[in-house]
Amino acid sequence: MTFKVLNTGLLTTIQDLGRPGYFHLGIPISGAMDRLSLRAANLLVGNDQGAAALETVFMGPQLEFEKDAMVAVTGAELPPRVDGEEKPTWTAFKVKAGQVLSFDYLREGARAYIAISGGITTDVYLGSRSTYAIGALGGFEGRALAVGDMVPFGDNGKAKEGRSLDKSLRRMPGNPAELRVLPGLYWRLITEEAGRNFFDDEWKVAPEADRMGVRFRGGRPMSFKEREQPFGAGSDPSNIVDGCYSYGSIQVPGGSEPIVLHRDAVSGGGYFTLGAVISADMDLIGQLQPHTPTRFVKVDMDQALAARKERTALRGRIEDALK
Amino acid sequence: MKTRYSFGGDEHIFVEMDEEMSLDAFFKSLSMTNAVREAKIDGVTEVCPANASFQVKYDPDRIKPDDMLAELKALEHTAESAEKRLNTRIVEFPVYYQDPWTHETLMRFRDRHQDPSGSDLDYAARINGFDTVADFITAHHSAPWFVSMVGFVSGLPFLYQLVERKRQLEVPKYVRPRTDTPKQTVGYGGCFSCIYSVRGAGGYQMFGITPVTIFDPKQETSYLSDFMVYFKPGDLVKFTPISREEYDATLAEVQANRYTPRVAEVEFDLEAFNADMDGFNKKLMGALNDV
Repeated sequence: MTFKVLNTGLLTTIQDLGRPGYFHLGIPISGAMDRLSLRAANLLVGNDQGAAALETVFMGPQLEFEKDAMVAVTGAELPPRVDGEEKPTWTAFKVKAGQVLSFDYLREGARAYIAISGGITTDVYLGSRSTYAIGALGGFEGRALAVGDMVPFGDNGKAKEGRSLDKSLRRMPGNPAELRVLPGLYWRLITEEAGRNFFDDEWKVAPEADRMGVRFRGGRPMSFKEREQPFGAGSDPSNIVDGCYSYGSIQVPGGSEPIVLHRDAVSGGGYFTLGAVISADMDLIGQLQPHTPTRFVKVDMDQALAARKERTALRGRIEDALK
Repeated sequence: MKTRYSFGGDEHIFVEMDEEMSLDAFFKSLSMTNAVREAKIDGVTEVCPANASFQVKYDPDRIKPDDMLAELKALEHTAESAEKRLNTRIVEFPVYYQDPWTHETLMRFRDRHQDPSGSDLDYAARINGFDTVADFITAHHSAPWFVSMVGFVSGLPFLYQLVERKRQLEVPKYVRPRTDTPKQTVGYGGCFSCIYSVRGAGGYQMFGITPVTIFDPKQETSYLSDFMVYFKPGDLVKFTPISREEYDATLAEVQANRYTPRVAEVEFDLEAFNADMDGFNKKLMGALNDV
């Protein structure tokens, strides 16, 4: 069973929960930017939470279904239409053979997840179907969807029309968005004042935001503590001897524009990082629209772990609600 | 050498063996990552070695961050006593220096560079005290390199040149990274060369390009049929300068799947290397002549 891609939207990729285990070779985990939304979409159509679905950014695709399927759209508020008729988001709805699934304009967020009953069944590469386009790995022929692609999906027979997830169990960034950060890594290279400014300033999401990383602008440039650059780093004070980058870590090349590394992150490099966005807030980054005002909020490890626990609890409530 | 530990958010611990690069720091990091893997600590999900540091990704639901930190610290002494010797291979990589494709790219990103007036090679040669770009290029390929990290993007090797500290070339990364780099560009940042395995973003100065594929997710390239990534830490590389004609000819061979990199098995012994670098390098590079 397949659906045919009539229009791709801006960028539509196949994603699941990712490909752990190869970061030491520069192959990132990939997978959905907003994992909670992906899980919810899958559960809504009776799939395993980690089944492969579509991730689409800003503008939805147009898909023609060859067979009947149940579909759910979660994440960004991107209202789906079936043969032109609007369907609710966060709710399972039927698309019959020959019908076309399309989308209205984006109302909120950035990335929507389109789960199809049975899940997308393209080949598994290194344990995952996720598209890592930079490495031409996974997804559909290692790339984002293109017009004319016939994408295969399965059949689970467990999907129930009308199953819906309550609003209280959905999570989107606020405005201004708040991202909690645990300072560390090479935090010690910047001056105390630069550290304070980073948390005090209002940043804006730059248009250069993709699956690899999200750049921010608008805050004051960072100043570095006086020091002699260690051998092998390079002479710019933002340079380090190339090391590993953590997911969520915030690098600031030249001290000017922070870049938060995300699911398709480079695994390492030679710019300093000042800490990392905590795991509980990573999904939110995937929903930031360009120009969204954003504040980085300083937390300690206990707060990071408490936030992680809260997030796990929310996941549990979603699972219970969609059992 | 002073080891520094830091949390990267709630899921990573970053361990820097030394702030500066050295083969001693590399070997210590390698030994420690091996020790971490062997220790099979519950909750560790990924171990990523780098040049003079490494990172562990773990699941804080299975092991508390402070406990993971204590486990890693306990392994440090094992790493200190580990042998600094490797059975490895040396590989010859042809490089077309000053090629038109990286030149076109570097001209497009001049506004992100320290010195917009010249090329990356002009800049690198000047700040390293060379009279000409040709002399700089000679320095770049006349001694072999050591793969001290694989990463950034899929299968990209970071290479550290096997010469004494005062002969090592050093350049900064671009002031702001580029959004584009041709595939198989030979780059330079800090004291490291790299070969960009795929097209994409990059912050290293660009010196040339190799026609040889080093990452093939489809694994159709004969010498990548076992695994899609060619390099691993500890590999040695000899760069050989080639002309445009040789580049085109080699690329055609690679594309026809008739090319195999020239490889020889060698042993790398840090003590022996430190005792006589030129002699040791001659032997390393000589091993390729017998292939």
